[in-house]
Amino acid sequence: MPRRFRKTPTPGKQQNDNEQRLLNMAKTIVAALVGAAVMGIGASAAQADTLSDVKAKGFVQCGVNGSNLAGFGAQDSAGNWAGLDIDLCKAVAAAIFGDATKVKYTPLSAKDRFPALQSGEIDMLARNTTWSTSRDSQLGFDFRAVTYYDGQGFMVKKELGVKSALELNGASVCVQSGTTTELNLADYFRSHNMEFKPVVFEAQDEADAAYNAGRCDAYTTDASGLYSIRLKMTNPDDHMVLPEIISKEPLGAAVRQNDSKWLDVVSWSHYALVAAEEFGITQANVEEMKKSDNPDIKRFLGEEADSTIGADLGLPSDWAVQIIKAVGNYGESFERNVGQGSPLKIDRGLNALWNKGGLQYAPPIR
Amino acid sequence: MAVADARTGSGDPPKVSLLYNPALRSYVYQAATLILIVWVIWYAWSNAAQNLARANMTTGFGFLNSRAGFDIAQSLIAYSADSTYFRALQVSLVNTLVVAACGIVTATIVGLLIGIGRLSPNWLVSRLCTVYVEIFRNIPPLLVIFFWYLGVLALLPSIRSIFQHVKDNPNAVFFISNRGIYMPAPIFGEGFGYVIAAFGVGVVAAIAYTAWANARQRATGQRPPVLNVNLALVLLLPLVVFALLGRPLSFDYPIPGSFNMRGGMVVAPEFLALYLALSLYTAAFIAEIVRAGIRGVPQGQSEASYALGLRAGLATRLVVLPQALRIIIPPLTSQYLNLIKNSSLAVAVGYADLVAVGGTILNQSGHSVEIIAIWMMVYVTISLVTSLFMNWFNAKMALVER
Amino acid sequence: MTEISFVRDRFLTAEKPPVSESTALGWIHRNLFASWTDGALTLIAIAAIVYFLPPAIDWLFLSAVWSGPDRSVCLTVDQGGLLPSGWSGACWAYVNDRFIQFMFGSYPRDQLWRPLLVVAMFVALLIPMLLPKVPRKGLNAILLLIAFPIVAYVLLLGGYFGLSHVETPLWGGLMVTLILSFVGIAISLPAGILLALGRRSKMPIVRTFAITFIELIRGVPLITVLFMASVLLPLFLQPGNNIDKFLRALIGVSIFASAYMAEVIRGGLQAIPKGQYEAADALGLNYFQKMTFVVLPQAIKLVIPGIVNTFIGMFKDTSLVTIISMYDLLGIVKASFGDSGWITPVTPLTGLIFAGFVFWLFCFGMSRYSAFVERRLDTSHTR
Repeated sequence: MPRRFRKTPTPGKQQNDNEQRLLNMAKTIVAALVGAAVMGIGASAAQADTLSDVKAKGFVQCGVNGSNLAGFGAQDSAGNWAGLDIDLCKAVAAAIFGDATKVKYTPLSAKDRFPALQSGEIDMLARNTTWSTSRDSQLGFDFRAVTYYDGQGFMVKKELGVKSALELNGASVCVQSGTTTELNLADYFRSHNMEFKPVVFEAQDEADAAYNAGRCDAYTTDASGLYSIRLKMTNPDDHMVLPEIISKEPLGAAVRQNDSKWLDVVSWSHYALVAAEEFGITQANVEEMKKSDNPDIKRFLGEEADSTIGADLGLPSDWAVQIIKAVGNYGESFERNVGQGSPLKIDRGLNALWNKGGLQYAPPIR
Repeated sequence: MAVADARTGSGDPPKVSLLYNPALRSYVYQAATLILIVWVIWYAWSNAAQNLARANMTTGFGFLNSRAGFDIAQSLIAYSADSTYFRALQVSLVNTLVVAACGIVTATIVGLLIGIGRLSPNWLVSRLCTVYVEIFRNIPPLLVIFFWYLGVLALLPSIRSIFQHVKDNPNAVFFISNRGIYMPAPIFGEGFGYVIAAFGVGVVAAIAYTAWANARQRATGQRPPVLNVNLALVLLLPLVVFALLGRPLSFDYPIPGSFNMRGGMVVAPEFLALYLALSLYTAAFIAEIVRAGIRGVPQGQSEASYALGLRAGLATRLVVLPQALRIIIPPLTSQYLNLIKNSSLAVAVGYADLVAVGGTILNQSGHSVEIIAIWMMVYVTISLVTSLFMNWFNAKMALVER
Repeated sequence: MTEISFVRDRFLTAEKPPVSESTALGWIHRNLFASWTDGALTLIAIAAIVYFLPPAIDWLFLSAVWSGPDRSVCLTVDQGGLLPSGWSGACWAYVNDRFIQFMFGSYPRDQLWRPLLVVAMFVALLIPMLLPKVPRKGLNAILLLIAFPIVAYVLLLGGYFGLSHVETPLWGGLMVTLILSFVGIAISLPAGILLALGRRSKMPIVRTFAITFIELIRGVPLITVLFMASVLLPLFLQPGNNIDKFLRALIGVSIFASAYMAEVIRGGLQAIPKGQYEAADALGLNYFQKMTFVVLPQAIKLVIPGIVNTFIGMFKDTSLVTIISMYDLLGIVKASFGDSGWITPVTPLTGLIFAGFVFWLFCFGMSRYSAFVERRLDTSHTR
């Protein structure tokens, strides 16, 4: 099709056009450079204020467990999320927006979770993550509220006849890679002069399947997880959780370091749940309790005339009411997700209120 | 550019705008590319620095000297949870190389057999080989790995039934279970080094003898018996030394322990699944390459060698194969590289290769940029070394051509 | 007068071919038992078939369980199920139960018409594209590579024209596999052309960049590129500039495919005779005209089989997104192994065979098509 080439310029004739084009090209390059510089400046001006960002975008981006850990973060067949970690996400959303549905969930694997938080892909990480020094300092996160006091345990098949973790010398142990569990496992066997064969998996469901198929003698993870995984086995009654708890695993929500406003919002959302249980405020009676004579309760629920608690946190004054309306108090959330109201049937144990022999303790709200 | 150089004829060349100066254009394009690349890198870099600074993360490779703290199931070099991250990476690199090397050897042998089988005049054999190639070529390798790991190896007898088996057959030394394949481990006694040395001497002598035999054949037309002498040198010599030294080799047999078999050697199912999948998957591609290579040698070549009086076997070995190799080697190289790269799928079944262990370190230490940089560096280096070697080999083969 | 002729005027009737040429026995002799080694090989092959095939057919079909509500139909009595002990067979009931999920992931069930419509459009555009006889290939290509992705994007993601918004975490199954590989190929074609031209360019900086990029990406496994896209990409962007996980996987796959496509196209460029370049120069075409109208059309036509092969490779490679916890076909099948409703010893094997069959069907179809194109284009070199 020779007609297409007719536009090939003849020298001289289109000199002006050409100069114009050269000029345009130069302009484009300069514009690109300026653009680059502006974007660079824009980048350096960014501030760590997640609360404002969240308010601006209208939802909380919450990183949760992507491998369906029943009781903590799991999706039902209709795609609805439920669990103790999910309730914290909902509580934060309820506190900020008065609407617990303003959460978007990012399912994360053990490997994805820290880069996801570091890079700002998520606003908060509620993925049964253990609070440890290195994560708090070296990884650049902040933890404060512990939503579940856990500890690492072992699950074995009953037919092995093992009654204690100290009898596991020489066993093959299934464990998920890149977790504190993996490190505790190595330390525990070493300190008790026992040998073991690690069988390491990238994803928790792979480890579940391998244990179920008899690849390992024992399975180790947080005790709460063991109860949840036991339900997935071909025959849950064939398996038992050994009594030893070999580590402290305080599971809590993590946020990026140097953002104390946001850390306040997340941790006080949890404390509100605990405080509500202490005050005896439930999802059902929260409206009634507003009329309570107890000044602590009135202050907590934002009914005291000159209370600035909500405003100081950067939240509406009825933030606690909204949280309780959305997920109930801590006890209700616990029983619904992992306790007697759930298939897991985990006892409150360490997670009972401080005045009932547990560790859950909310600082005074005043 | 040709257009610019084509100005001929008398008088001044027509005045051409600067815009059509190829040199200037080339500079402008290159400058634009450079600016774009530099900007992209700078943009990414500054953002990463900022994001990391915001999260109070340190950067640099210093973390590699910290204690790893986790155990690795298969380590061919000394490693414990007290070793450093760097040591863990070394262990994992060895594991990657081991599975890749085993895979390459098996894939080449299987691929060669299947490729020749597809050209076989035997209808049934060639059909079976075709079925093999068409099945394995068209299924993702990751799926093949899972197939072996979850579908086949997990269904093998459990370790409890092996214990029962040992009770019934106390003399058994070789067990296949869903925990892996247990076999006796050789223990090399004192003086076994001499056997290895004898083997080395045998190999060197065999090479020298072959060279002498070739020279003699060229000089006299008679070929001394090569195969038998070489076999004697390579196998008999070490065996004789072995016997003379009083057989300095014993075996450590696997016996039932409390949970697993104790002693002996075990090949873990993670390794087996990865190794089998990589070998069988790549073999299908190698078979196709071999077939194309052999078919690429014109029919006239084998006809000519028959006319010269060579028998079929000799014609294949001396005439067809050397020419086919020249067609085969370049695509074979890329298949080897693919196999090495595909060994990174180990992470799916928890075989402790470079990517799996790197991933664990990434997760424990949070140094994602550094770990990914290490991955890329190592794999690019392996790829380059393999290509260099195969290029050298290719060049050596190409010398056959005049 | 009697004619004396030495030319034969009557022909002998044709003899029947020897028995060895016509009968089945002869065929067997020639093809299966031509020599002793041949016979031995045949016997080994028959033994292998007899050993493996009947149990395989029995496992896959005869003993298989075809329908049922939960895992009890695929478990033996000792495992707490309904079947006699010692039973082993495929559990198709589980595939049956999960079929929609394997195809569409968690895509809202009342919105399934959207992906189905996209598939219908895709097939309607693809078939005329693949048939050489159908005219208007240019228009077809524009529709398929430019218009279709836009329509598909709007339809699948929603949020416009009253369509409800379906977030990408809900996508899954075969749908994700197809989208990833289609987008990968659609992006890698132009990107690959640019890279290939860059690699053959005379400008040192452009060439160096192209070579570095291509060799770097081709030198590393896809899984590291995917990790880079999923872990590092967010780090390289400004905070809050969040890209969807799905999009990140797409970027990773596209980068990877571009490098491989570039090498395929470079092969085509190198195969074009120098005369074509020179002729284009002689006509006074500038670089882009020369490439667009003379060189690339010929080069790309030459490497269509290579492009299809790259596409097959990509299609298989998308299964790697499983490792960065995305749910493509393989990922969703694997994830379903952990579902307590269907946990049985035969579930993994059944699921993997199903997924393998789907992958095989697509790849085998594409490789047949590639072979067909190769034969069609390769008219001059047949012996």
